[in-house]
Amino acid sequence: MAGGIVEKPASGEVIHPKVHYLNASKGLKSWLVTLDHKRIAIMYLVAVSVALLLGGFWAVLLRTELLGPRDMILSNDWYNRAFTLHGAVMVFLFIIPGIPASLGNFILPMQLGAKDLALPRVNLMSWYLYVIGLVFFLAVLFLGGLDTGWTLYPPYSSGRDIQWNLILSYTAVFILGFSSILTGLNFIATMHKLRPKGMSMYHMPLFLWALYATSLIQVLATPVVGLTLGLSLVEHMFKIGIFLPQYGGDPVMYQHFFWFYSHPAVYIMVLPAMGVQSEMIATFSRKHVFGYKAIGWSSIAIAAIGFLVWGHHMFVSGQSPTAGIIFSLLTFFVAIPSAIKVFNWVATLYKGSIDFKSPMIYALSFIYLFGIGGLTGLFLASIATNVHLHDTYFIIAHFHMVMVGSVLTAFLGGVHYWWPKMTGRMYNETLGRIAAVMVFIGFNVTFMPQFVAGTRGMPRRYANYLDEFTIFHQISTIGAYILGAAVVLQAGYLLHSLFKGKKAPPNPWGAASLEWQATSPPDFHNFTEKPIVMGAYDFENWELVSEDAGYRLKREVVETGKSLSKVH
Amino acid sequence: MSTSVAEHETRHEALPARPKELAMHFDTLHQQYSTGKLAMWLFLGQELLFFCGLFTAYAVYRGNHQEMFHYAHYFLDWRLGGLNTVVLLTSSLTAAWSVRCAQLEQRKGLLITLALTFLCAGAFMVVKYFEYSHKLHIGAVWGSNFGVATADLPPALLEKYPGMTGQQLQLMGMGTFFAIYFCMTGLHGIHVLVGMGLYAWLFVRALRGHFNRRYYGAVDNVALYWHIVDMIWIFLFPLLYLIG
Repeated sequence: MAGGIVEKPASGEVIHPKVHYLNASKGLKSWLVTLDHKRIAIMYLVAVSVALLLGGFWAVLLRTELLGPRDMILSNDWYNRAFTLHGAVMVFLFIIPGIPASLGNFILPMQLGAKDLALPRVNLMSWYLYVIGLVFFLAVLFLGGLDTGWTLYPPYSSGRDIQWNLILSYTAVFILGFSSILTGLNFIATMHKLRPKGMSMYHMPLFLWALYATSLIQVLATPVVGLTLGLSLVEHMFKIGIFLPQYGGDPVMYQHFFWFYSHPAVYIMVLPAMGVQSEMIATFSRKHVFGYKAIGWSSIAIAAIGFLVWGHHMFVSGQSPTAGIIFSLLTFFVAIPSAIKVFNWVATLYKGSIDFKSPMIYALSFIYLFGIGGLTGLFLASIATNVHLHDTYFIIAHFHMVMVGSVLTAFLGGVHYWWPKMTGRMYNETLGRIAAVMVFIGFNVTFMPQFVAGTRGMPRRYANYLDEFTIFHQISTIGAYILGAAVVLQAGYLLHSLFKGKKAPPNPWGAASLEWQATSPPDFHNFTEKPIVMGAYDFENWELVSEDAGYRLKREVVETGKSLSKVH
Repeated sequence: MSTSVAEHETRHEALPARPKELAMHFDTLHQQYSTGKLAMWLFLGQELLFFCGLFTAYAVYRGNHQEMFHYAHYFLDWRLGGLNTVVLLTSSLTAAWSVRCAQLEQRKGLLITLALTFLCAGAFMVVKYFEYSHKLHIGAVWGSNFGVATADLPPALLEKYPGMTGQQLQLMGMGTFFAIYFCMTGLHGIHVLVGMGLYAWLFVRALRGHFNRRYYGAVDNVALYWHIVDMIWIFLFPLLYLIG
């Protein structure tokens, strides 16, 4: 009989698996050469968490320096290095690979009921490439840091004498890009070829639609930045004159190439976050997600339009006014699919049976923070406002609302949501909720004052500032400390739960996508028996046993092997 | 190779008669083959975008400095470029042939076609070597390093434009053309070298009898890669050599 749940239906007692993917084999080597997507995902999760802490460390240092209008703790040179490394580490090492490579890697095959990703060796290779990139960035730190800004614009960067820190940075981003491409093509191949019978694209969870759109961008945009930084590396070493004006090159072309990737990269960051969001909102509203096709296709639309808007980063870079107007117009179009998603999430909440578990608190903050981040994007898409606000704290606040407020929030929410599945342990729910609220408050206190400071003319990337901005900076710094404290608190209770946490049932939340039919933690082969293929939001197939035992499939579903839902 | 592979293997034994080439997470060899092929097409997609940046740079600089590109073509020998085009097209034929041989389990034919493809790629690189070393020798190189003595200028150029000097060409920004030339052909050359490595690997596997009529995905996918390397050259050749 089908049904992957390991439990006794009569008593509702949960049986915890003795052998699972975490202890199926032992020793460091069994991890380092594993081809199991779950273990690779865990290794990614550890690695991106290291990057998050590293990037966060620089952020806290920056904010501390900005407590006062004059030099506080950093010299001006080190301030430049701090914001460069904060940006580069957070963008290239945390946000871009964060959700897809860790959560996606773990969950994607399981949501398809598959045993692994399509290309397990490529998956492992992509992790190693990532780690090489991480090590290179750590090496840069010891070679005197990097002070070009995370965008590595020439002539700040390549027009110097040969420096190892630059060579390593270019190489690192190139290698990280390759890692990202491999993850993307692996995901697409998996979704096309390993979907089970009875699951069409329209039956896939929306997280997978989001990952599909993300992967398209990873495969098609990343090579361009790879080439750009490869050229910059050659330029730096041989002064060939592609981007450097003193040798006949064109620095604006670098900006075009760079943003051709780096704007779509914003959607590499935010689309998976939106996918996690769709899962959490539906699960904790216990209601079939509203507007499934609209949410799914809006992911694809964002990916497609995202390729056409890079010029809005260059309104003051000497791009032609005509190009500026076109890019401005196209940028407004991105708002449409983004808004479609927000409206559908809100509509899903409507008349749902809302459960304020920690992941749900992150999901609700996402809607709020992404709303602000997205709407301020509209101000910046219009050229006149953009020229006024360019390179001010308004921009900083805007993109942090999207990249941190939305992506980090969804990442943290997703980690909490899938933590029981990944580790087989429950974290402390009370502390989880406290941390979620702290994160929300921390973000707002950090970035709201920056909007105001920006509109009043506070430019970005300055170590010192006029006295009148002091109050904004001080409030912002306090917010950053709250955020930092929340992250430390999370690290504390999550690590604690690994050893002392309650054992997790297969389905603690009553979610309906296939990964919840596996044990917690899953078997080495993911499912001990083939899961019953059903709609990702058919919550009516599950019934609550008890708080500790979570949810189980209803008996008639197990007996007939069919979903009870009439939505599809 | 690794403990986890060993685990994958041991689990196989429980299942009925799985072909030994079939990885544990696939149901059929066909599913495995078509997955590999889809992944390869996606990889080729990223290859195209990878080169697109350089083609864009080419277009921008050619649009801005048409005269520079005109003078530049005298430095490139279309006969050598043409020879390399023929060599690569031949290798594409043998690459496609090797796929057919693998499908039909023609062991000898497979080994010959794989070896021929490898040799053609090698011949391409030898010609490239002579072209490069001549340019480096006369100083027809990138950026501000460009400095060709008037005596070393191509005779055809001097015939058409008597009185032209190396200095004038340098001021015209010829270094930028050669920056693009070396980047484009260099990146393409790296791809050819990778292709040679892949064909050597296929040859060894074919020698060990790894391929059969149901399992030949690697030969097919490397051939796909090889065709795109060829195709990029088909664009590079006219854009760089035949622009006079």
